Amino acid sequence: MASYTLDVYMPVLILMGLSVGLFLVSVFAAKIIRPSKPSALKEQAYECGEDPVGTAWSNFNVRFYVVSLIFIVFDVEGALMFPVASIYRKFVEVGEGGVILGSLLVFISVLVVGIVYCWSKGDLDWVRSFQLSEDQVKQLQGAEKRS
Amino acid sequence: MSLSINEYLNQFEAHQQAIAFLSDFLGTDASGIMTFLVFGAACFIIVNIMALVGGLGTYAERKISADIQLRQGPNRVGPYGILQFLADGVKMIMKEDIFPADADKPLFNLAPLLALTGVFATLALVPFSSGFTLVNLNMGVFFLIGVSSLVGVAVFLGGYASNSKWSMLGGMRGASQIISYEVPVTITALMIVLLSGGMSFGAFVETQGGLPHEWYIFHNPFTFIGFFVFFVGMLAETNRAPFDLPEAESELVSGYHTEYTGMRFGLFALAEYIEVFVLCGVGVAAFLGGYKVPFDLGSGALFIDKLGLPVIVGKNIGQVLQVGSFVTKTLAMYYLVIWVRWTFPRIRVDQVMTICWKYLTPLALFNLVGVAIWMYAFDAHSIWEVLGQAFSSGH
Repeated sequence: MASYTLDVYMPVLILMGLSVGLFLVSVFAAKIIRPSKPSALKEQAYECGEDPVGTAWSNFNVRFYVVSLIFIVFDVEGALMFPVASIYRKFVEVGEGGVILGSLLVFISVLVVGIVYCWSKGDLDWVRSFQLSEDQVKQLQGAEKRS
Repeated sequence: MSLSINEYLNQFEAHQQAIAFLSDFLGTDASGIMTFLVFGAACFIIVNIMALVGGLGTYAERKISADIQLRQGPNRVGPYGILQFLADGVKMIMKEDIFPADADKPLFNLAPLLALTGVFATLALVPFSSGFTLVNLNMGVFFLIGVSSLVGVAVFLGGYASNSKWSMLGGMRGASQIISYEVPVTITALMIVLLSGGMSFGAFVETQGGLPHEWYIFHNPFTFIGFFVFFVGMLAETNRAPFDLPEAESELVSGYHTEYTGMRFGLFALAEYIEVFVLCGVGVAAFLGGYKVPFDLGSGALFIDKLGLPVIVGKNIGQVLQVGSFVTKTLAMYYLVIWVRWTFPRIRVDQVMTICWKYLTPLALFNLVGVAIWMYAFDAHSIWEVLGQAFSSGH
């Protein structure tokens, strides 16, 4: 049954509360029964027996930014399609599906153009080649000769 | 019609009497309090069952892997080692808590909590039967996709806050993998939304039938491909092998939870096993007929009319059958997930990204367009109805 008031979220909140309770009990309250003998050696970061060198908080590989940018574009477009998709069946049943189908296809074709563009730019390759292509090499050699 | 647990109980007289009694006792309208009590009790039961499922999941994982690799598996604690998960739990609670000296303490604590909260919040939507669903949100699958990405945040936070290089690498891999595979899963869910005409799991299940040819997986060729897209995406979202790169034990020690010990690690593991169950349940509700029982046994009308049972008994027998149908299918899918884990080798990071962006996403978009056109061309009939009409009109 469809629900239009906010109190349908009550079980969600109760479950979240239960998860917080479980966490507090099992991690903090159970401190009473577990041993605690910290030492400097024990608290080192684990690096297979070597002394850790420096901190782990360093620069990210730029690939991760590209992936998250592509993800945001696709996820937002997916989210925007949900309302249209959920009324499509009703429109088909009364024989007016063409309107929704048309708008869906236009929208999806934008997504397809997006993924084709990313693909041709090489943004979908995790290992991207930075080697110069033969044309670029010829161009550079030509520039060197001229100079 | 799919109801939340509270609406289901409201049909019975005893529930109304209990509300009236409470109202008299407290002197105010007690229906709100009663709702809270019912939801609280149901949530508590579901959390306990799910903790049990998570625990037995670890046991099943070891037993099945032992079976596949011709080993014994756990066999010391209890009959056939079935109490192994309790022993593990006790061990984890008793373990010393080690805080890495360089860790970001608040975030280090927050990460397992976020994983647990994200998974528990999705439990509210699992449609066990037409009466035993905590709540049948009308934005069901949208909510589920949103809330379950809290787990991705938890994986990344866990990796970041530990301040260890293994954890950091695992966390970054986990974050990029989880968000990438969300795209094909979202588009596949969109396909089912097109077919069912609603975003709630109630709408998903109620538009399917009990027999396999009425399930969405066999509705038309596109949904058949879509099921496998969903399954692969689901494996990657839950960091299960062959996509367990965030915790690849042979290269990253233990990935994002390298520095976690004791109960914090235990909560990560619990959240992961419950998430697998929830996503298997989503797959079952979306593609495999959900809680539907063949021949309409689930509504209980047959028991009431033919056998002359009282209405309450008949309805509740139907509910039990529905829960049985849902749980059987979900556990079968859970078995498949474990089977896949112990059969396929782990794939490389670049292969993970290639599979997601170059195969699954275009395939999911193709399915979406295919289903939309199929529905327009055949008035939302399934392939069996279309074939049946073609054969009957040919004569």
